[in-house]
Amino acid sequence: MSGEEFVPLSLTPLLIGTFAAIACALPGNFLVLRKQALIGDAISHVVLPGIVVAFLLTGAISTWPMMLGAAGAAIVAVVLIEAIRRLGQIEPGAAMGVVFTTMFAAGVLLLEQTDTSTVHLDVEHALYGNLESLIWLDATGWGSLLDVDALAGLPPELPRIALTLVGVSVFTWLFWRPLKISTFDEGFARTIGIRTGALSMALVITAAIAAVAAFDAVGSIIVIAMFICPPAAARMLTNRLEAQIVWSIVFATASAVSGYVLAGYGPLWLGGSDAVSAAGMIATMSGLILAAAAMFGPCRTRIGAHTSA
Amino acid sequence: MIWDALTLQLGYNATLVAVGATLLGVSAGVTGTFLFLRKRALVSDAISHATLPGVCLAFMVLVALGGDGRNLLGLLAGSAISAWVGLLCMNWLTRRTRLAEDAAIGAVLSVFFGFGIVLLTIIQTMGVGRQAGLEGFLLGSTAGMLWADAMIIAIGGAATLLLVLILRRPMTLVAFDPEYAATRGLPIHRIDLAMMGLVMAVTVVGLKIVGLILIVALLIIPAVTARFWSERSEHVVLLAGLAGGLAGYIGAAVSASAPNLPTGPIIVLVSFAFFVLSLFCAPKRGVLAAVLRHLRFQRRVHIRQGLLALAQGQKIYEPLTLRLLRRAGLVRPDGVATDTGKARAAKALRDEKRWEIVRADQAHEATAALYDGLRDIETVLTRDQIAEIDRQIGGPQGVPA
Repeated sequence: MSGEEFVPLSLTPLLIGTFAAIACALPGNFLVLRKQALIGDAISHVVLPGIVVAFLLTGAISTWPMMLGAAGAAIVAVVLIEAIRRLGQIEPGAAMGVVFTTMFAAGVLLLEQTDTSTVHLDVEHALYGNLESLIWLDATGWGSLLDVDALAGLPPELPRIALTLVGVSVFTWLFWRPLKISTFDEGFARTIGIRTGALSMALVITAAIAAVAAFDAVGSIIVIAMFICPPAAARMLTNRLEAQIVWSIVFATASAVSGYVLAGYGPLWLGGSDAVSAAGMIATMSGLILAAAAMFGPCRTRIGAHTSA
Repeated sequence: MIWDALTLQLGYNATLVAVGATLLGVSAGVTGTFLFLRKRALVSDAISHATLPGVCLAFMVLVALGGDGRNLLGLLAGSAISAWVGLLCMNWLTRRTRLAEDAAIGAVLSVFFGFGIVLLTIIQTMGVGRQAGLEGFLLGSTAGMLWADAMIIAIGGAATLLLVLILRRPMTLVAFDPEYAATRGLPIHRIDLAMMGLVMAVTVVGLKIVGLILIVALLIIPAVTARFWSERSEHVVLLAGLAGGLAGYIGAAVSASAPNLPTGPIIVLVSFAFFVLSLFCAPKRGVLAAVLRHLRFQRRVHIRQGLLALAQGQKIYEPLTLRLLRRAGLVRPDGVATDTGKARAAKALRDEKRWEIVRADQAHEATAALYDGLRDIETVLTRDQIAEIDRQIGGPQGVPA
C-alpha cells in the first residue's frame, strides 16, 4: 500500500480510532476495578439528548456547542442518578437504568420532533460514528506530514481526540497514587487524607470527557466497548495495576488497528466490494481479545476459585 | 384527538398498536420486577443489545433462503438465539472469571451490538431492498404493524405472563434470600437463568414496538415505580404490571394522536412520568412524605422546647418556636403564655422530671430506651406507674406565679 493512498484515506481514521480507544481505556481501568463499568454505558446513551439540545439552541452543526451539550447532558445524568439513588433509596443499577433510558428516549423524541433529517445528525450516526469519513483530503503522501498547508486540512477530530488523550493521561499520571489507593482500599485512602468522594467524581468527569470526545468521532459503540473490554482483558493477564494499564493500552491499540483494517479491507479480501462499519468492527475485535484473555489469561479467575473451567 | 386515541377510536392500526403496547407493558413490568428485586436490573441492557446480531443474521438467512427478510417470526427467533448466547457469555464471564457482573454486562452489550452494526452494514451493501424495516429494531417502529405482528406480541406477552405466574414463588425466594433458597434445595442458578430467559422473551417481543435500546426502560422503570408503593413483593409485581400496562396504553395513544411522536420514546417518557409521580407522592417512601415527616418532627421539637422554656420562665427568641406556639394558642402575640400554655408548660416540665426518674431507675430500663424528649409519658406508662413516680417527685415546689 503506497503512501499516496494510505496517508489521506486511512492514516487519520486509524489514528483517531486508536487515540479514542486509549483515551477511554485509561479511565476504564479504574472504572472496571471500582465496579462502575456501566458509567460509560450510561454516559454514551445520554450524550444524544445533549447533542440534540445543543443543536436546537444554536441551530447549527458546530463542534463546540455540541461537545458542551454532550458534556452537560453527561453531568446532568450523573447528578440525576445520584439524586434518584438517594431520594428514592434505590440501588445504583436501577437508578442508572431509569435515568439513561429516559434521557435517551427524550433525545430520540426531540430528534423526531425537529426536522433534522436534512442535516448530518441522526441516531445511526450517533451510534456508529463516522470514523470512515474522517479522511485527510489535503494529503498527497507521507511528505504531507511536514507540509503546513496540508496539515491545516486535517480533520478537526484528530487534534481534538489527541488533546483529550493528553488530558486523560495527565490526569492519570498526576493522580496515580491516590487513584490507585482509593480504588483498592477506600477506607485506608480516607484515613490518610485522600478526598475519595471528590476523586471519584473527578474520575467520572474525566471518563465523561473522554467519552464525549470519542463519541464525536467514533460513535457510542466504541466508547462502551473501549471503556470495558481492553481493561477487562488486561485484568485477566496480571495482578499489578501498572501492568494492567500497559496491557489495556496494548489491547486498545490492537483492537482499533485490527478492527479498522478488517472493516476497510476484510470484505475486499473475502471478495466483497464495500467496507463494513469500522466502529462495529473495532468493538467486535475488542470482544474477541477479551474472549481470548478470559479463556487463556493467567490471572483469569478470582483467587481461591476453581480454575478447572 | 387524544381522547379518540385513548378510547381506541383512531382506526384499526392505532388500536392494534395500543393493545400490543399495553400487553407488552404489563409483561415487561411484571418480569422486570423480579430482575429489579434480584438487583440485576442492568442485565436487561446486555440482553437487549445482544439481540441485534441475531436479527441481522436471521435477515441474511431468510434472504439467502429466498424468502422475505422481514418475516417477524424469523427475526424474533434469531434475536432470541443471539440474546441467549449473549446471556450465556455474560453468565460465563461473571462465574468463571474475576470480572464483576457490571463489566461482563458492558462487555457483552458493546461487543454484540458492535458486531450487529457490522452485520447491518453488510446487509446495506447486499443490494437487496426491503431491509428498511430492519433499522426499526434499533428504536422501534410501529407504523406498519400488521395483525400477525400484533398476534405474535399478544401470544408472546401472554405466555411470558403465564410463566411468571408459575415461577413467581421460587423467583421471589431467590430474589430476596438466595442463601435460604439454596438451603431449601432450590437450583438457584437455574432459576436465575429462567428469570433471564423470561426477560429475554419480553425483550424479543418488545423489539418491534419500542426497539432494543428502549425496552430496557420498560423492564426497569415500572418495577422501580411500583416499589415506592408497597413493601410486599406480590403487590409490587401487580403494581409494576399496572404501571407498565398504563404506560404502554397511554404512550401508544399519545403517539397515535399526532405526527412525529415515535411510540417507543413516548411510552418510556410516560413511564418516567409515573416514576417521578411515585418518587414524590408515594406514602411512606416518597419524598413528599419524608418532607412532611421531617416538618412534623421539627414542629414537635420546637413546641416542646418552647413549653419547657415557658415553664422555666425563660424568654423565647427563636421565631419559629414563637410562631408555632402562637398558632397552637399557647402564647399570646406579645409572647406571654395563655392559660392553656401555662398548663401545658407545667405538664411538659413535670414530664421531663418524670422521665428523669424513669431513666434513673433500672426497673424501667425498657421504657427508658423509648425516651426521645418528645414522647408524652402517659403513652408508655400506666396511670398507676405515673402516680408512683409522682409520689417520688412530690407536690409543686417553688413554681413561679
